[in-house]
Amino acid sequence: MSRNQFIEPNSSEITPEAVYADRRRWLQKAGAGLAVGAGLALTGGCSAEDAEAGTGLAAPENTGSVDENGVDWEQKTSELDEAVTPSSYATAYNNFYEFGTSKSDPAENAHVLTTSPWTVEIAGEANKTGTFDLDEVLRGVAEEDRIYRLRCVEAWSMVIPWRGVPLGEVLKKFEPNSKAKFVKFTTLYRPEEMSGQASLFNSIDYPYVEGLRIDEAMNDLALLGTGMYGKPLPNQNGAPLRLVVPWKYGFKSIKSIVKIEFTESQPRNSWNVLQASEYGFYANVNPAVSHPRWSQASERRLPGNLLSRKRIDTLPFNGYGEQVASLYAGMDLSKYF
Amino acid sequence: MNLLVVKALLWALLLGPAAWLGFHVYELIYDPTPALGPLGADPVEYIVRFLGEWGLRILLLSLLLSTLARRLKKPVIIRVRRLVGLFAFAYVSAHLVGYVWLLAEARWGEIIADVFDRPYITVGLLGWVTLLPLAVTSTRGWQRKLGRNWKRLHQLVYVAVIAGVVHLFWLTKDGFEEVVVYALITALLLAERRFKGTRRT
Repeated sequence: MSRNQFIEPNSSEITPEAVYADRRRWLQKAGAGLAVGAGLALTGGCSAEDAEAGTGLAAPENTGSVDENGVDWEQKTSELDEAVTPSSYATAYNNFYEFGTSKSDPAENAHVLTTSPWTVEIAGEANKTGTFDLDEVLRGVAEEDRIYRLRCVEAWSMVIPWRGVPLGEVLKKFEPNSKAKFVKFTTLYRPEEMSGQASLFNSIDYPYVEGLRIDEAMNDLALLGTGMYGKPLPNQNGAPLRLVVPWKYGFKSIKSIVKIEFTESQPRNSWNVLQASEYGFYANVNPAVSHPRWSQASERRLPGNLLSRKRIDTLPFNGYGEQVASLYAGMDLSKYF
Repeated sequence: MNLLVVKALLWALLLGPAAWLGFHVYELIYDPTPALGPLGADPVEYIVRFLGEWGLRILLLSLLLSTLARRLKKPVIIRVRRLVGLFAFAYVSAHLVGYVWLLAEARWGEIIADVFDRPYITVGLLGWVTLLPLAVTSTRGWQRKLGRNWKRLHQLVYVAVIAGVVHLFWLTKDGFEEVVVYALITALLLAERRFKGTRRT
Protein backbone atom coordinates (compact mmCIF):
# COMPACT_ATOMS: atom_id res chain seq x y z
CA MET A 1 0.00 0.00 0.00
CA SER A 2 1.11 3.53 -0.68
CA ARG A 3 2.96 5.12 2.21
CA ASN A 4 1.14 8.37 1.72
CA GLN A 5 -2.30 6.92 1.71
CA PHE A 6 -4.46 7.66 4.67
CA ILE A 7 -5.81 4.41 5.99
CA GLU A 8 -9.14 4.18 7.69
CA PRO A 9 -8.96 2.20 10.91
CA ASN A 10 -9.77 -1.49 10.58
CA SER A 11 -13.43 -2.10 11.10
CA SER A 12 -12.48 -4.13 14.16
CA GLU A 13 -10.96 -1.01 15.64
CA ILE A 14 -14.04 1.11 15.18
CA THR A 15 -16.43 1.20 18.07
CA PRO A 16 -19.53 -0.77 17.15
CA GLU A 17 -22.62 1.36 17.07
CA ALA A 18 -24.31 -0.62 19.81
CA VAL A 19 -21.39 -0.06 22.12
CA TYR A 20 -21.16 3.66 21.65
CA ALA A 21 -24.91 4.05 21.77
CA ASP A 22 -24.85 2.23 25.04
CA ARG A 23 -21.99 4.38 26.20
CA ARG A 24 -23.92 7.47 25.23
CA ARG A 25 -26.86 6.34 27.35
CA TRP A 26 -24.45 5.65 30.15
CA LEU A 27 -23.00 9.09 29.73
CA GLN A 28 -26.42 10.63 30.05
CA LYS A 29 -26.93 8.79 33.26
CA ALA A 30 -23.54 9.92 34.46
CA GLY A 31 -24.42 13.46 33.48
CA ALA A 32 -27.49 13.16 35.64
CA GLY A 33 -25.14 12.98 38.55
CA LEU A 34 -25.22 9.28 39.30
CA ALA A 35 -21.59 8.73 38.58
CA VAL A 36 -20.02 12.10 39.20
CA GLY A 37 -19.47 11.56 42.88
CA ALA A 38 -18.00 8.16 42.28
CA GLY A 39 -15.40 9.86 40.15
CA LEU A 40 -16.01 7.71 37.15
CA ALA A 41 -14.01 8.62 34.15
CA LEU A 42 -16.72 9.00 31.57
CA THR A 43 -17.74 12.42 32.79
CA GLY A 44 -14.49 13.67 31.36
CA GLY A 45 -12.28 14.24 34.36
CA CYS A 46 -12.60 15.19 37.96
CA SER A 47 -15.43 17.34 39.06
CA ALA A 48 -14.57 20.48 40.96
CA GLU A 49 -15.87 18.95 44.17
CA ASP A 50 -13.42 16.08 43.99
CA ALA A 51 -10.56 18.48 43.62
CA GLU A 52 -11.59 20.68 46.49
CA ALA A 53 -12.39 17.88 48.85
CA GLY A 54 -8.89 16.48 48.49
CA THR A 55 -10.03 13.28 50.10
CA GLY A 56 -7.00 11.37 48.94
CA LEU A 57 -9.24 9.18 46.84
CA ALA A 58 -7.68 8.26 43.56
CA ALA A 59 -8.47 10.92 40.99
CA PRO A 60 -10.96 9.75 38.39
CA GLU A 61 -8.59 7.96 36.10
CA ASN A 62 -8.98 9.23 32.63
CA THR A 63 -5.56 7.96 31.74
CA GLY A 64 -4.49 4.63 30.36
CA SER A 65 -4.92 3.57 26.78
CA VAL A 66 -7.17 0.51 26.76
CA ASP A 67 -10.69 1.21 25.57
CA GLU A 68 -13.93 -0.54 26.45
CA ASN A 69 -13.31 -3.16 23.76
CA GLY A 70 -9.92 -4.07 25.15
CA VAL A 71 -8.06 -2.29 22.34
CA ASP A 72 -4.78 -0.87 23.63
CA TRP A 73 -4.30 2.32 21.63
CA GLU A 74 -0.70 2.75 22.73
CA GLN A 75 0.18 -0.38 20.81
CA LYS A 76 -1.16 1.03 17.56
CA THR A 77 0.75 2.75 14.79
CA SER A 78 -0.14 5.46 12.32
CA GLU A 79 -0.60 4.82 8.60
CA LEU A 80 3.08 5.76 8.24
CA ASP A 81 3.94 3.07 10.77
CA GLU A 82 4.80 5.58 13.48
CA ALA A 83 4.40 4.51 17.09
CA VAL A 84 1.63 6.15 19.06
CA THR A 85 2.87 8.56 21.76
CA PRO A 86 2.35 7.13 25.27
CA SER A 87 -0.81 8.62 26.77
CA SER A 88 1.07 9.66 29.91
CA TYR A 89 3.03 12.08 27.72
CA ALA A 90 0.13 13.32 25.62
CA THR A 91 -1.84 14.14 28.75
CA ALA A 92 1.04 15.82 30.60
CA TYR A 93 2.53 18.07 27.93
CA ASN A 94 -0.08 20.50 26.67
CA ASN A 95 -0.39 23.96 25.28
CA PHE A 96 -3.67 25.13 26.78
CA TYR A 97 -2.86 28.66 27.92
CA GLU A 98 -6.24 29.00 29.62
CA PHE A 99 -4.65 26.90 32.35
CA GLY A 100 -1.17 28.42 32.29
CA THR A 101 1.61 28.90 29.78
CA SER A 102 3.96 26.14 30.86
CA LYS A 103 3.47 22.74 29.24
CA SER A 104 2.81 21.07 32.57
CA ASP A 105 0.34 23.72 33.82
CA PRO A 106 -2.79 22.33 32.11
CA ALA A 107 -2.33 18.86 33.61
CA GLU A 108 -1.96 20.50 37.02
CA ASN A 109 -4.75 23.05 36.78
CA ALA A 110 -7.41 21.75 34.39
CA HIS A 111 -8.99 19.28 36.82
CA VAL A 112 -11.14 22.07 38.28
CA LEU A 113 -12.92 22.63 34.98
CA THR A 114 -16.58 21.66 35.05
CA THR A 115 -17.32 19.86 31.80
CA SER A 116 -20.81 18.63 32.59
CA PRO A 117 -23.29 20.09 31.86
CA TRP A 118 -21.85 21.43 28.61
CA THR A 119 -23.69 23.37 25.96
CA VAL A 120 -22.61 24.51 22.53
CA GLU A 121 -24.07 27.56 20.85
CA ILE A 122 -24.60 27.19 17.14
CA ALA A 123 -24.87 30.60 15.51
CA GLY A 124 -24.64 32.53 12.27
CA GLU A 125 -25.42 31.51 8.71
CA ALA A 126 -27.38 28.32 9.29
CA ASN A 127 -31.01 27.29 9.41
CA LYS A 128 -30.77 25.63 12.79
CA THR A 129 -29.19 27.81 15.41
CA GLY A 130 -29.46 28.03 19.16
CA THR A 131 -27.84 26.60 22.25
CA PHE A 132 -27.68 22.83 22.41
CA ASP A 133 -26.65 20.30 24.94
CA LEU A 134 -23.40 18.60 23.90
CA ASP A 135 -25.29 15.34 23.49
CA GLU A 136 -27.69 16.93 21.02
CA VAL A 137 -24.81 18.33 18.99
CA LEU A 138 -23.23 14.91 18.63
CA ARG A 139 -26.43 12.85 18.34
CA GLY A 140 -26.82 10.78 15.22
CA VAL A 141 -23.19 10.99 14.12
CA ALA A 142 -21.13 7.85 14.61
CA GLU A 143 -18.04 8.14 16.76
CA GLU A 144 -14.77 7.02 15.16
CA ASP A 145 -11.24 6.31 16.27
CA ARG A 146 -8.47 7.86 14.21
CA ILE A 147 -4.72 7.99 14.67
CA TYR A 148 -3.31 11.36 13.61
CA ARG A 149 0.02 13.11 13.83
CA LEU A 150 -0.15 16.28 15.94
CA ARG A 151 2.39 18.87 14.81
CA CYS A 152 2.83 21.89 17.06
CA VAL A 153 4.03 25.17 15.56
CA GLU A 154 6.81 24.97 18.18
CA ALA A 155 8.32 22.13 16.12
CA TRP A 156 7.49 19.17 18.32
CA SER A 157 5.02 16.46 17.41
CA MET A 158 3.17 13.46 18.75
CA VAL A 159 1.02 10.66 17.34
CA ILE A 160 -2.40 10.62 18.99
CA PRO A 161 -5.26 8.13 18.72
CA TRP A 162 -8.30 10.38 18.76
CA ARG A 163 -11.93 9.51 19.24
CA GLY A 164 -14.50 11.83 17.75
CA VAL A 165 -17.08 12.57 15.11
CA PRO A 166 -16.45 13.92 11.60
CA LEU A 167 -16.78 17.70 11.87
CA GLY A 168 -18.55 18.03 8.51
CA GLU A 169 -21.31 15.62 9.48
CA VAL A 170 -22.00 17.57 12.64
CA LEU A 171 -21.98 20.90 10.83
CA LYS A 172 -24.40 19.64 8.17
CA LYS A 173 -26.97 18.83 10.85
CA PHE A 174 -27.36 22.56 11.45
CA GLU A 175 -27.92 23.27 7.75
CA PRO A 176 -25.44 26.04 6.97
CA ASN A 177 -26.75 28.34 4.23
CA SER A 178 -24.98 29.66 1.13
CA LYS A 179 -23.49 32.58 3.04
CA ALA A 180 -21.61 30.23 5.36
CA LYS A 181 -18.08 30.61 3.99
CA PHE A 182 -16.21 30.10 7.25
CA VAL A 183 -16.68 28.39 10.59
CA LYS A 184 -15.62 30.19 13.74
CA PHE A 185 -14.99 28.25 16.96
CA THR A 186 -14.82 29.72 20.44
CA THR A 187 -13.36 28.22 23.63
CA LEU A 188 -15.05 28.51 27.00
CA TYR A 189 -14.38 31.75 28.91
CA ARG A 190 -14.53 30.99 32.61
CA PRO A 191 -11.66 32.68 34.46
CA GLU A 192 -12.83 31.35 37.82
CA GLU A 193 -11.92 27.86 36.62
CA MET A 194 -9.38 28.72 33.94
CA SER A 195 -6.55 30.26 35.92
CA GLY A 196 -4.63 31.36 32.83
CA GLN A 197 -7.52 33.54 31.73
CA ALA A 198 -7.32 35.37 35.03
CA SER A 199 -3.56 35.97 34.82
CA LEU A 200 -2.38 39.57 34.52
CA PHE A 201 0.52 38.61 32.30
CA ASN A 202 -1.19 37.03 29.35
CA SER A 203 -1.70 38.87 26.14
CA ILE A 204 -4.20 36.60 24.39
CA ASP A 205 -7.57 38.29 24.30
CA TYR A 206 -9.77 35.53 25.70
CA PRO A 207 -11.93 33.72 24.80
CA TYR A 208 -9.70 31.88 22.37
CA VAL A 209 -11.04 31.86 18.83
CA GLU A 210 -10.16 29.71 15.84
CA GLY A 211 -11.58 29.33 12.38
CA LEU A 212 -11.67 27.21 9.26
CA ARG A 213 -12.83 27.81 5.75
CA ILE A 214 -16.07 25.89 5.24
CA ASP A 215 -14.49 23.47 2.74
CA GLU A 216 -11.67 22.79 5.21
CA ALA A 217 -14.23 22.12 7.91
CA MET A 218 -16.11 19.74 5.60
CA ASN A 219 -12.95 17.78 4.75
CA ASP A 220 -13.11 14.16 5.88
CA LEU A 221 -10.01 14.50 8.05
CA ALA A 222 -11.47 17.23 10.25
CA LEU A 223 -12.70 15.77 13.48
CA LEU A 224 -14.60 17.04 16.48
CA GLY A 225 -12.70 15.25 19.19
CA THR A 226 -14.44 13.84 22.23
CA GLY A 227 -11.79 11.40 23.35
CA MET A 228 -8.31 10.01 22.97
CA TYR A 229 -6.70 6.63 23.66
CA GLY A 230 -10.18 5.16 23.68
CA LYS A 231 -11.21 7.30 26.65
CA PRO A 232 -13.05 10.58 27.03
CA LEU A 233 -10.83 13.64 26.65
CA PRO A 234 -8.96 14.64 29.78
CA ASN A 235 -9.63 18.28 30.66
CA GLN A 236 -6.09 19.36 29.82
CA ASN A 237 -6.58 18.01 26.29
CA GLY A 238 -9.70 20.07 25.66
CA ALA A 239 -12.63 18.24 27.23
CA PRO A 240 -15.36 17.75 26.43
CA LEU A 241 -15.21 18.89 22.81
CA ARG A 242 -12.28 20.00 20.69
CA LEU A 243 -11.26 20.37 17.10
CA VAL A 244 -8.70 18.04 15.50
CA VAL A 245 -7.33 19.25 12.15
CA PRO A 246 -4.20 17.16 11.67
CA TRP A 247 -2.81 18.93 8.61
CA LYS A 248 -2.58 22.23 10.49
CA TYR A 249 -0.39 23.38 13.37
CA GLY A 250 -1.76 22.39 16.74
CA PHE A 251 -3.03 25.84 17.73
CA LYS A 252 -5.77 25.49 15.10
CA SER A 253 -7.21 22.52 16.98
CA ILE A 254 -9.13 24.63 19.48
CA LYS A 255 -10.10 23.07 22.81
CA SER A 256 -13.18 23.07 25.06
CA ILE A 257 -15.48 24.51 22.39
CA VAL A 258 -18.64 26.34 23.49
CA LYS A 259 -19.60 28.10 20.28
CA ILE A 260 -19.62 27.25 16.60
CA GLU A 261 -20.57 30.07 14.28
CA PHE A 262 -21.02 30.04 10.50
CA THR A 263 -19.71 33.31 9.10
CA GLU A 264 -19.52 35.00 5.75
CA SER A 265 -16.19 36.69 6.38
CA GLN A 266 -12.96 35.15 7.59
CA PRO A 267 -12.81 35.15 11.39
CA ARG A 268 -9.58 36.31 13.03
CA ASN A 269 -8.02 33.57 15.11
CA SER A 270 -6.51 34.46 18.49
CA TRP A 271 -2.82 33.89 17.67
CA ASN A 272 -3.21 35.84 14.47
CA VAL A 273 -4.71 38.75 16.42
CA LEU A 274 -1.81 38.61 18.86
CA GLN A 275 1.02 38.32 16.32
CA ALA A 276 -0.06 38.42 12.69
CA SER A 277 3.51 38.22 11.41
CA GLU A 278 3.97 34.85 13.09
CA TYR A 279 0.61 33.12 12.98
CA GLY A 280 -1.62 33.06 9.95
CA PHE A 281 -5.20 31.99 9.48
CA TYR A 282 -4.41 28.86 7.49
CA ALA A 283 -1.47 27.55 9.57
CA ASN A 284 -1.03 24.51 7.35
CA VAL A 285 1.98 22.43 8.34
CA ASN A 286 4.58 23.46 5.79
CA PRO A 287 8.31 22.70 6.03
CA ALA A 288 8.98 25.22 3.26
CA VAL A 289 7.56 28.19 5.13
CA SER A 290 9.70 29.12 8.09
CA HIS A 291 8.24 30.65 11.23
CA PRO A 292 10.08 33.61 12.78
CA ARG A 293 10.75 31.58 15.92
CA TRP A 294 11.08 28.04 14.67
CA SER A 295 12.41 26.50 11.52
CA GLN A 296 9.58 24.32 10.31
CA ALA A 297 11.81 22.08 8.22
CA SER A 298 11.99 19.45 10.92
CA GLU A 299 10.31 18.51 14.16
CA ARG A 300 11.08 16.60 17.34
CA ARG A 301 8.85 13.59 17.82
CA LEU A 302 7.98 13.20 21.48
CA PRO A 303 8.68 11.52 23.79
CA GLY A 304 12.25 12.61 23.46
CA ASN A 305 14.96 10.18 24.38
CA LEU A 306 18.32 11.60 25.31
CA LEU A 307 20.21 8.86 23.56
CA SER A 308 18.33 8.53 20.32
CA ARG A 309 17.75 11.11 17.67
CA LYS A 310 14.13 12.16 17.49
CA ARG A 311 14.29 14.97 14.97
CA ILE A 312 12.54 14.06 11.76
CA ASP A 313 11.75 15.95 8.57
CA THR A 314 8.40 17.68 8.59
CA LEU A 315 6.02 16.61 5.84
CA PRO A 316 3.92 19.07 3.81
CA PHE A 317 0.41 19.20 5.31
CA ASN A 318 1.83 17.02 8.07
CA GLY A 319 1.69 14.04 5.71
CA TYR A 320 -1.95 14.52 4.73
CA GLY A 321 -1.33 16.25 1.39
CA GLU A 322 -3.22 13.61 -0.55
CA GLN A 323 -6.39 14.41 1.37
CA VAL A 324 -6.12 18.19 1.68
CA ALA A 325 -3.66 19.70 -0.84
CA SER A 326 -6.48 20.22 -3.36
CA LEU A 327 -8.16 22.64 -0.93
CA TYR A 328 -5.33 25.06 -1.56
CA ALA A 329 -4.82 24.65 -5.31
CA GLY A 330 -3.53 27.85 -6.83
CA MET A 331 -2.87 29.55 -3.49
CA ASP A 332 0.53 30.98 -2.60
CA LEU A 333 1.06 29.13 0.66
CA SER A 334 3.99 31.32 1.67
CA LYS A 335 1.60 34.27 1.57
CA TYR A 336 -1.37 32.46 3.08
CA PHE A 337 0.66 30.78 5.83
CA MET B 1 33.64 33.67 58.07
CA ASN B 2 36.63 32.09 56.50
CA LEU B 3 36.81 32.85 52.78
CA LEU B 4 37.54 29.22 52.07
CA VAL B 5 34.36 28.11 53.83
CA VAL B 6 32.34 30.66 51.89
CA LYS B 7 33.85 29.43 48.65
CA ALA B 8 33.07 25.82 49.53
CA LEU B 9 29.49 26.77 50.32
CA LEU B 10 29.18 28.65 47.03
CA TRP B 11 30.52 25.66 45.12
CA ALA B 12 27.90 23.45 46.72
CA LEU B 13 25.14 25.96 46.09
CA LEU B 14 26.04 26.60 42.46
CA LEU B 15 26.62 22.94 41.70
CA GLY B 16 23.23 22.11 43.19
CA PRO B 17 21.06 22.69 40.10
CA ALA B 18 23.54 20.86 37.88
CA ALA B 19 23.69 17.93 40.29
CA TRP B 20 19.90 17.73 40.47
CA LEU B 21 19.67 17.83 36.69
CA GLY B 22 22.48 15.33 36.27
CA PHE B 23 20.80 12.89 38.62
CA HIS B 24 17.52 12.97 36.68
CA VAL B 25 19.28 12.82 33.32
CA TYR B 26 21.11 9.73 34.58
CA GLU B 27 17.75 8.24 35.58
CA LEU B 28 16.37 8.90 32.10
CA ILE B 29 19.32 7.30 30.39
CA TYR B 30 19.42 4.38 32.79
CA ASP B 31 15.75 3.56 32.25
CA PRO B 32 14.97 3.25 28.54
CA THR B 33 11.21 3.61 29.08
CA PRO B 34 11.12 6.11 31.88
CA ALA B 35 7.96 7.07 33.66
CA LEU B 36 7.11 10.72 33.44
CA GLY B 37 9.69 12.23 35.79
CA PRO B 38 10.46 15.73 36.99
CA LEU B 39 11.93 16.62 33.61
CA GLY B 40 8.49 16.18 32.07
CA ALA B 41 7.33 14.84 28.76
CA ASP B 42 9.99 16.71 26.80
CA PRO B 43 13.17 16.37 28.87
CA VAL B 44 15.35 17.84 26.13
CA GLU B 45 13.43 21.09 26.13
CA TYR B 46 13.41 21.06 29.92
CA ILE B 47 17.18 20.56 30.20
CA VAL B 48 18.00 23.36 27.78
CA ARG B 49 15.61 25.77 29.43
CA PHE B 50 16.78 24.81 32.92
CA LEU B 51 20.43 25.45 32.08
CA GLY B 52 19.64 28.79 30.45
CA GLU B 53 17.54 30.03 33.34
CA TRP B 54 20.16 29.05 35.91
CA GLY B 55 22.83 30.73 33.79
CA LEU B 56 20.83 33.95 33.89
CA ARG B 57 20.11 33.67 37.61
CA ILE B 58 23.74 33.09 38.50
CA LEU B 59 24.84 35.92 36.24
CA LEU B 60 22.42 38.21 38.07
CA LEU B 61 23.85 36.91 41.36
CA SER B 62 27.34 37.95 40.25
CA LEU B 63 26.05 41.46 39.55
CA LEU B 64 24.35 41.50 42.92
CA LEU B 65 27.65 40.62 44.62
CA SER B 66 29.28 43.78 43.28
CA THR B 67 26.37 45.81 44.55
CA LEU B 68 26.53 44.19 47.97
CA ALA B 69 30.29 44.61 48.25
CA ARG B 70 29.93 48.30 47.60
CA ARG B 71 26.82 48.94 49.66
CA LEU B 72 27.94 46.88 52.65
CA LYS B 73 31.51 48.17 52.29
CA LYS B 74 32.76 44.57 52.31
CA PRO B 75 35.24 44.39 49.43
CA VAL B 76 35.98 40.79 50.42
CA ILE B 77 32.74 39.81 48.64
CA ILE B 78 34.41 40.71 45.34
CA ARG B 79 36.80 37.84 45.93
CA VAL B 80 34.07 35.26 45.37
CA ARG B 81 32.59 37.07 42.37
CA ARG B 82 34.91 35.36 39.88
CA LEU B 83 33.71 31.95 41.02
CA VAL B 84 30.07 32.97 40.56
CA GLY B 85 30.76 34.53 37.18
CA LEU B 86 32.53 31.42 35.94
CA PHE B 87 29.64 29.26 37.10
CA ALA B 88 27.25 31.48 35.14
CA PHE B 89 29.45 31.04 32.09
CA ALA B 90 29.47 27.26 32.61
CA TYR B 91 25.67 27.08 32.80
CA VAL B 92 25.20 29.34 29.78
CA SER B 93 27.75 27.27 27.83
CA ALA B 94 25.95 24.05 28.77
CA HIS B 95 22.72 25.72 27.66
CA LEU B 96 24.30 26.47 24.27
CA VAL B 97 25.66 22.94 23.91
CA GLY B 98 22.24 21.61 24.90
CA TYR B 99 20.58 23.64 22.18
CA VAL B 100 23.04 22.54 19.51
CA TRP B 101 23.35 18.92 20.49
CA LEU B 102 20.03 17.99 22.12
CA LEU B 103 17.43 20.36 20.65
CA ALA B 104 18.76 21.02 17.17
CA GLU B 105 20.52 17.62 17.11
CA ALA B 106 23.48 19.25 15.37
CA ARG B 107 21.55 19.93 12.18
CA TRP B 108 23.98 22.66 11.23
CA GLY B 109 22.01 23.97 8.27
CA GLU B 110 19.02 24.67 10.50
CA ILE B 111 21.21 26.03 13.30
CA ILE B 112 22.90 28.54 10.99
CA ALA B 113 19.49 29.55 9.62
CA ASP B 114 18.32 29.95 13.24
CA VAL B 115 21.22 32.28 14.06
CA PHE B 116 20.45 34.54 11.13
CA ASP B 117 16.67 34.38 10.96
CA ARG B 118 15.59 34.13 14.56
CA PRO B 119 16.40 37.21 16.66
CA TYR B 120 16.11 35.36 19.96
CA ILE B 121 18.77 32.90 18.86
CA THR B 122 20.96 35.72 17.52
CA VAL B 123 20.78 37.70 20.74
CA GLY B 124 21.24 34.56 22.85
CA LEU B 125 24.40 33.69 20.98
CA LEU B 126 25.55 37.29 21.35
CA GLY B 127 25.16 36.92 25.10
CA TRP B 128 27.36 33.84 25.19
CA VAL B 129 29.97 35.39 22.89
CA THR B 130 30.13 38.41 25.21
CA LEU B 131 30.73 36.19 28.21
CA LEU B 132 33.53 34.28 26.53
CA PRO B 133 36.30 36.95 26.82
CA LEU B 134 35.16 37.67 30.38
CA ALA B 135 35.65 34.04 31.34
CA VAL B 136 39.04 33.89 29.61
CA THR B 137 40.32 37.07 31.27
CA SER B 138 38.93 36.28 34.69
CA THR B 139 42.28 35.17 36.09
CA ARG B 140 44.48 37.37 38.22
CA GLY B 141 47.19 37.20 35.55
CA TRP B 142 44.92 38.71 32.93
CA GLN B 143 43.67 41.25 35.41
CA ARG B 144 47.22 42.46 35.94
CA LYS B 145 48.03 42.35 32.25
CA LEU B 146 44.98 44.39 31.25
CA GLY B 147 45.20 46.86 34.11
CA ARG B 148 42.56 49.56 33.80
CA ASN B 149 41.21 47.98 30.63
CA TRP B 150 40.19 44.88 32.55
CA LYS B 151 37.42 46.76 34.27
CA ARG B 152 36.38 48.34 31.02
CA LEU B 153 36.26 44.97 29.29
CA HIS B 154 34.24 43.46 32.07
CA GLN B 155 31.54 46.07 31.60
CA LEU B 156 30.50 43.67 28.83
CA VAL B 157 28.71 41.67 31.49
CA TYR B 158 25.90 44.21 31.20
CA VAL B 159 25.54 43.45 27.50
CA ALA B 160 25.43 39.75 28.35
CA VAL B 161 22.77 40.02 31.02
CA ILE B 162 20.57 42.27 28.89
CA ALA B 163 21.01 39.87 25.98
CA GLY B 164 19.90 37.05 28.28
CA VAL B 165 16.73 38.83 29.33
CA VAL B 166 15.89 39.88 25.76
CA HIS B 167 16.55 36.30 24.59
CA LEU B 168 14.04 35.02 27.15
CA PHE B 169 11.55 37.75 26.29
CA TRP B 170 11.68 36.99 22.58
CA LEU B 171 11.20 33.28 23.00
CA THR B 172 8.22 33.76 25.29
CA LYS B 173 4.96 33.43 23.36
CA ASP B 174 2.67 34.50 26.14
CA GLY B 175 2.66 34.47 29.94
CA PHE B 176 5.29 37.10 30.60
CA GLU B 177 5.44 36.93 34.39
CA GLU B 178 8.82 35.19 34.49
CA VAL B 179 10.43 37.58 32.04
CA VAL B 180 9.01 40.52 33.94
CA VAL B 181 10.67 39.30 37.15
CA TYR B 182 14.08 38.87 35.48
CA ALA B 183 13.76 42.23 33.73
CA LEU B 184 12.85 43.98 36.98
CA ILE B 185 15.82 42.50 38.83
CA THR B 186 18.13 43.44 35.97
CA ALA B 187 16.71 46.97 35.84
CA LEU B 188 17.14 47.37 39.61
CA LEU B 189 20.77 46.23 39.51
CA LEU B 190 21.57 48.50 36.59
CA ALA B 191 19.71 51.46 38.04
CA GLU B 192 21.56 51.07 41.32
CA ARG B 193 24.84 51.36 39.43
CA ARG B 194 23.64 54.35 37.46
CA PHE B 195 22.72 56.29 40.55
CA LYS B 196 25.44 55.16 42.90
CA GLY B 197 27.49 57.99 44.44
CA THR B 198 30.92 57.17 43.05
CA ARG B 199 31.92 55.67 39.72
CA ARG B 200 34.00 52.95 41.42
CA THR B 201 32.73 49.39 41.39
